[in-house]
Order: sequence, then structure tokens, then C-alpha cells
Amino acid sequence: MTESLGVNDTFPRGGRRLSDPAVNAVTGELVGRKAYLVGTGHCVPDRVLTNKDLEQIVDTSDEWITTRTGIKERRITNDQTSTSDLAIVAVEEALEMAGWGPKDVDCMIVATVTPDYIFPSTAAIVSDKLGMNNIPAYDFEAGCSGFIYGLIQAKCFIGSGMLDRVVVLGAECLTKITNWEDRTTCVLFGDGAGAAAIGPEGPGGELGGWHWGSDGSLGDLLELPAGGSRKPASKETVKANEHTLRMKGNETFKYAVRAMRDSCLKALDMDGTPKSEVDLLVPHQANYRIIDATARALELRPEQVYVNIDKYGNTSAASIPMALDEAVRKGEVTPPKNVVLAAFGAGLTWAGMLLKWKEEEGL
Amino acid sequence: MSLENRVSEIIVNKLGVKPEEVKPEADFQTDLGADSLDLVELMMDFEDSFGLKITDEEASELRTVGDVIGFLEKKDLEA
Repeated sequence: MTESLGVNDTFPRGGRRLSDPAVNAVTGELVGRKAYLVGTGHCVPDRVLTNKDLEQIVDTSDEWITTRTGIKERRITNDQTSTSDLAIVAVEEALEMAGWGPKDVDCMIVATVTPDYIFPSTAAIVSDKLGMNNIPAYDFEAGCSGFIYGLIQAKCFIGSGMLDRVVVLGAECLTKITNWEDRTTCVLFGDGAGAAAIGPEGPGGELGGWHWGSDGSLGDLLELPAGGSRKPASKETVKANEHTLRMKGNETFKYAVRAMRDSCLKALDMDGTPKSEVDLLVPHQANYRIIDATARALELRPEQVYVNIDKYGNTSAASIPMALDEAVRKGEVTPPKNVVLAAFGAGLTWAGMLLKWKEEEGL
Repeated sequence: MSLENRVSEIIVNKLGVKPEEVKPEADFQTDLGADSLDLVELMMDFEDSFGLKITDEEASELRTVGDVIGFLEKKDLEA
């Protein structure tokens, strides 16, 4: 224990203190520690909405949706359920896998474009309901890239020695901001939450090379027009259906393919790992054809790509942690494995990260 | 390789059609079986191969193989 990092003496949390960050023996400076993904969890609502069901709501067909997106069905919350409800279950699962109690968590961050409220944050609601001890908890928004943005933040916190145990979430109720009269978008989205427990010690997946970026000049490709300070909610915005998601599909597709490919390749390049050593791609599940193009860029075989878009549709920031949790629980991440994550989303934003499970370091 | 041959090769690779089907009058959607996303991917391949940008507006005018060849020839002249 490092006595000089005595912040917790003022606000003791279950008697536990931060573990020692690595210290350079010569300069005394903190040296980056490694961060490991040690637990995952996810939650989806029970109600299934199939393509056949959608045929009753808008002018579309199962064949059209399947060939263009790969989606067969999605999960949809009821009026009583919100993003935090799904998030709580996902965190409980991740903590159980990590072997942590709620009071072991030092910080929780939630990537979402569909928080319970603009404020208070979904993270604060979830941490309170799970009995975490007044920890720092906040939401942030990076569209569908949010979860990887969160992993990069966790890597900073843990690597610097500032925090030990961070929970990163992607949690969404996209069907609450879906325009059910727009057949080009309403078929795409679903609800769900995924969580990951990140700590300074394995065994687990080491958070490796990463890449993240944004281009605000392309913000209008994917947007929720009203309800912010630019266009506050009014009778007119409600009448014009401006509190629902808009997307220019074809152009978004084009940028998505390139952003996903570049994010993967740059994350691998930073890590110094060649693409030939990638075992599994867990991509943001937006569209099967974007996933397929990314897999081809990495020269991966179909069985090296985790796909569950057929069951859940696009769940934005939640899609990667949901897919990662499924892959882990199905035994597809038995070490040694190099798993690459890639996403793009509203902003536009993009991000990629390599997770490295070494021999004997499986979950 | 001529411009026509380069265009033809890209189309054959992307859409999985036979080279002899790629005639100037062939319509991507009605003759070559492309859907809207195939067209987006095809335009991306043209952009990458010829090092130019095709806007959505321009892309919407490119319905046949001949349209693309004409468009690229014109771009080449401008450059």
C-alpha cells in the first residue's frame, strides 16, 4: 500500500485502498500499468420484434431487411423499462464474472445516446441502485463508438494509477427514439446493455493498442434534431417528429466501412500486432455488410467474426459489449486470443481497440 | 489497362457477374442485380481505384456501366 495516496483515508470505502501504481525506481515517476478486461455482462428486454412484425407497421419486407442489413429480429423495451434498468443487470453479470462486489468499483462510466434523462446521469442512477459507494459515475456520448471510447478512458485511469477498478457500459433504448413511420431507419435499431469490468490485474483481456477519432463536419449524417439547446423541445418539434433519429443511410454506410477498417488497422499498428495474428473481430453490429467489409479488410474468415445482429439489430453503444459477453460466455475467447473491436457512429465518431488474452489468462 | 477494362474488372469483382455481361448499356440494378448498398460499395471501389470523390448526387446519375465510364473520362479531363 502506498501511504502517500491517502485520499481514501478521508473517504474510506470498505477499508480498501488503491493498489500500488508502478513507480520508476530511478525517477520516481508513475509508470503506466496494464489494464485488463476481467468481466462482462449483458441484458436485453424479453420482447422480440421480428421483421414479420415490422411488415405490419411499415411498408417493408423480411427479405428487404435481411438482404440489406442481416437483421432478423430485435429486442424492444416496454413503457416501464429504461436504459438504467437494462444497465443494472448487465453490471451485475460483469461484477459476478469479475468476482467483484459493488463496493469494489472505483468508477463507472456509461456510453449512451438514450440516457434515462439528459440529467441526472444514467451512471449515477445505476451506481446508486447497485449500492456503490458515492463513486465517480458519469455518462458520455460518442454514438455507437461509445463503448470503445469508454475502454480507452478506463485504460487511462488504470494505467495512470488514478483508479483500480472501472466499470464501462454501453446501454441503449434506441426504440424510444425511433421514428416508426420511417421505414429506412425503424427496421435497424434495438434495445440492450452491455458492461465490462476493467482492472489492473489479470487474468483477462489486456487492453492493447487503440485508435479513436471524430469528424463533426459529418454530424448531419446521423442525428437527433431536437431536444438540445440548438432546438429545444416545443410543440412544433414534437409535431415534426424531430425527437426521433435521422440517418442518411447510404452516405453513413460509406464512411462506416472506411472508419471501421481504418480503426482496426490503426489499433493493430499501434500495438505492433500484425493483422494475421487477429483471432476474432467483435465489431459494432450496425449492418452485416459493413461487418463483412471490415472482416475482408482484415482478411478474416467468417468464423473469426462475431455476429449477433440477426438477433438484436443495431443497439448503438451497447452492441460491442453485448457481443463480447456472448462470445466470452460461449467460450469463443479461450486464450490465447487476440480480439479486435471496431466501431463507428454518430458524430461521426470511430474507434478500435485490441484486447489480448494471453495463455492462462482467460476469463 | 484501359479505363473501360479497369471499370469492368471492378464491377465483375464487386457484383460477381461475368465480364461479358458488363456492357456499356448494362444497368447496375436491373441488368447486373445490384441493390442500393451494392451501388454504394461499387462507388467506393471506383473512388479508391481512381483516387477521386463521387458525391451522392453524382452517384445517383450513374445508372449504367457507360454512365460510369463517361463520368470517369470527364473527371480525367478536368484533372
